[in-house]
Amino acid sequence: MSIIVFSENRTGKIKKHSLDAVAYAAHISKSTSQPIVAISIGNVSIEELAVLAKYGASKIISVNKENWQNHDSRAYTKLIAEIVEKENANMVIFNHSNIGKALAPRLSVRLKAGLASNVVALPVTISPLVFTRKSYNGSAFQHMQINSAKCVVTLNPNSCEVTENQVAVNIVDYTPTVEAEIKTKVENVDLVTGKILLTEASIVVSGGRGLKSGDNWKPVEELAAALGAGLACSRPVSDEGWRSHEEHVGQTGKIIAPDLYIAIGISGAIQHIGGISGTKVIVAIDKDKDAPIFSYANYGIIGDAFTVLPNLINSVKKFKAQ
Amino acid sequence: MKILVCIGNVPDTTTKIRFDAEMKNLDTNGVQWVINPWDELALTRALEIKEQSAGKIEKVSVINIGKVDAEQTIRKALAIGADDAFRVDADPTDPYFIAAQIAEVAKAQNYEIIFSGIESSDFNGAAVGSMVAELLDLPSVSAVSSFEFNDGNIVLKREIDGGKETVSVQAPFVAIVQKGISINPRIPAMRGIMMARTKPINVSAPVAVDSLVEAKTFDVPAPKAACKMVDAEDTDKLIELLHGEAKVL
Amino acid sequence: MNFEFTEEQLMIKQAARDFAVRELLPDVLERDASSRFPARQMKMLAELGFFGMCVDPKYDGGGMDNISYVLALEEFAKIDASAAVVLAVHNSLACYGIEHYANEEQKQRFLPALARGEKIGAFLLSEPEAGSDATSQKTTAEDKGDYYLINGTKNWITSADNAGTYIVIAQTDREKKHKGINAFILDRHSPGISLGPHEDKMGMRSSDTHSVMFTDVKVPKENRIGEDGFGFSFAMKLLDGGRIGIAAQAIGIAGGAFDLALKYSKERKAFGTEICNHQAIAFKLAEMAVKLENGRNLVLKSAWLKDNGLPYGLQSAMAKQYCADSAMEITTEAVQIHGGYGYVKEYHVERLMREAKVTQIYEGTSEIQKIVISRTILKD
Repeated sequence: MSIIVFSENRTGKIKKHSLDAVAYAAHISKSTSQPIVAISIGNVSIEELAVLAKYGASKIISVNKENWQNHDSRAYTKLIAEIVEKENANMVIFNHSNIGKALAPRLSVRLKAGLASNVVALPVTISPLVFTRKSYNGSAFQHMQINSAKCVVTLNPNSCEVTENQVAVNIVDYTPTVEAEIKTKVENVDLVTGKILLTEASIVVSGGRGLKSGDNWKPVEELAAALGAGLACSRPVSDEGWRSHEEHVGQTGKIIAPDLYIAIGISGAIQHIGGISGTKVIVAIDKDKDAPIFSYANYGIIGDAFTVLPNLINSVKKFKAQ
Repeated sequence: MKILVCIGNVPDTTTKIRFDAEMKNLDTNGVQWVINPWDELALTRALEIKEQSAGKIEKVSVINIGKVDAEQTIRKALAIGADDAFRVDADPTDPYFIAAQIAEVAKAQNYEIIFSGIESSDFNGAAVGSMVAELLDLPSVSAVSSFEFNDGNIVLKREIDGGKETVSVQAPFVAIVQKGISINPRIPAMRGIMMARTKPINVSAPVAVDSLVEAKTFDVPAPKAACKMVDAEDTDKLIELLHGEAKVL
Repeated sequence: MNFEFTEEQLMIKQAARDFAVRELLPDVLERDASSRFPARQMKMLAELGFFGMCVDPKYDGGGMDNISYVLALEEFAKIDASAAVVLAVHNSLACYGIEHYANEEQKQRFLPALARGEKIGAFLLSEPEAGSDATSQKTTAEDKGDYYLINGTKNWITSADNAGTYIVIAQTDREKKHKGINAFILDRHSPGISLGPHEDKMGMRSSDTHSVMFTDVKVPKENRIGEDGFGFSFAMKLLDGGRIGIAAQAIGIAGGAFDLALKYSKERKAFGTEICNHQAIAFKLAEMAVKLENGRNLVLKSAWLKDNGLPYGLQSAMAKQYCADSAMEITTEAVQIHGGYGYVKEYHVERLMREAKVTQIYEGTSEIQKIVISRTILKD
């Protein structure tokens, strides 16, 4: 009975969160001694696939076929179900990403396997299998028990300690038996290239209304560049058109969980906090000492962003130079 | 063609979330109930599509899985402009149960396009729409931020890593929509509120469904330690803390 | 006794609130500073049916009850008293006046456009020399056989420029004193009508207020409301009902200020704790809360009486006097609770305080309300 991890890739590289998911599976496997099988769909090199073994995947099933290149939820679900059957898996782990959300529920229905989605931690117990998941937009956690023999999981980042666990690996170039009956046709792809993906960035620098105008973003961008961080903003900022909607982080925008989130001139409305509830460390910089953000932040600086930022950028550059 | 919009009845997002003594059920005292925000955006878009379709879309219906207290929320959907509603009389226990009920009605009533918000603000499962699609063996497109009907040659935009993908699809299918599908949810007009009085809410009994999961208890997050303040002059110290103490740099 | 709202009334209240937050709040400070009329928002409100919301659907109105109306007005006023007063004058005076006192032909001619919000309504009674003393009408409406000729000046007219339909009160027969006053429906652009400059007001600056000058303005006989000499009685009856809307507006302004003060008191710290934990502030908030509850109850009861065809003159005067005076007190305290921040435009409460003042003055000063109240209670 294996554990399957569905790994996502982008521009030929396995995503960090998928490696985290393998590490999560490895944690579970410590109690259950199950082999971990990773699935990869798309054009990923053998060297790159082997990274999955660093975290515990002993078998990697790579589907790199022409008619399977474009995501079609119905078709991919059938494919994964086929592999689940072949590998005799009783658990399939996805990232709680757009892809995971599109596939995991379908797979859950297809396999009649209970779905634990939006999971934030290692299982409370293995037998019975109980997961902890986010609910009420992060205001509460729900414990959910799986009653079916198989289960499907979608996993948030920072759900467990990510430790390396190198194992010997068998990489299989797999040819699906099931037909790729693609009913959704991709007409066009519009990528915002060159920017660090917000949902994957481990450090994010975010600006709010306290910066007064879209013209004042240079220091924010500089800080992000110095840190190798993604750029985000609060809702009023994107509503005003100061920054693109792509950067809007919040309950109705993107929900992210980086390791470090630096909020500049953001008051900390509950809807914004709902977008960063899984973040490891929050730093707030605001001139209003009563701003709600300080009750959510781990570290804070009270001050004018325009004076603090240049100093902070210098400190970061100094640190990186060491 | 007809559009079916799945709507969840959820606590208003400014509600202070509290549970009963056993931590099993939400304390509903003083809770204001609203249409799940993503579903409300989905409904707004569906109505726009119908209005612009020159009759090709003949009606927009809503479906809710809930007890009779959910009807206030259903009536708001009718006031916004939905033509009629279905309510399956059952507690919305988990996404699989909910999806099974919706699939049953969608199939019986022949809906060609099903809309669902990407997740609900109470359960945050992000599952119902996709599950309905699998139960009905229909294509589904998720993270949809734009929907053009084009007389049936439907073109969607969905969010992918680092950008958007334009996808074309034919009905029947399920669209799982998120922010961007509509800028703001519709505010009901007086006329709509008046007409909602006479629009039907068709109530039916639930079908039996396997119980694959079981909700146990809830937990509230541990109170956060106080924010460590750093002097505005001392940004070096902040970096030191982030590296040495928090270990995120 | 059922103190609960119906599902529909709550839906209307919520719709008004959502609209106010989404569409009125973002530019309310800018419109206050520049005295700019919310033209875009008024169009949207028309589409949503808030103009003419109580008018019978057969005239394209919303057919809603007065409770729904006051609930909506209160929500608008919490955020934008200017938008609220435009709606209040339009609904309570223009629409109600025509729907209940005009003849069928006049209703067909004027009401649908008003009910759809295609035209905004204004009510012209006050004059430079006649405010509280409405019997001293100097504006004349000379009976010329098949038309009247109107000459004179009206003051402090809300929506004078943006309105499309005016209801004008003028004196036809001075001998008959207040029994010689008539009411007329006019098109705002009738030849001979000119406007004074936009008044630079203390508050409600986004609603336009002008003097209106009439120079030989011809009004056909068919535009007179009711029998000859009905005008004064008509105006008084109208104002009785208009009071309810203004009371709702006033308590809305107060409610908005209270909500802001309450929130601020939970965030602001002084002497080691949030200021709401200091009794001085907590007691202020308690007193404000009591006044709000009382004011709302008076408004709702007046609306309920009107909905049920019962006499409401006493209660509407009580509501108007109490809500306006309370609004002044509550907004002043709200500024006080905000301390220095309360004096600054960004925090809204100083605007609410400026807006509250006129509610004690227009549509019958608080003093006039007390005359109405005392006369009623002293009657045998």
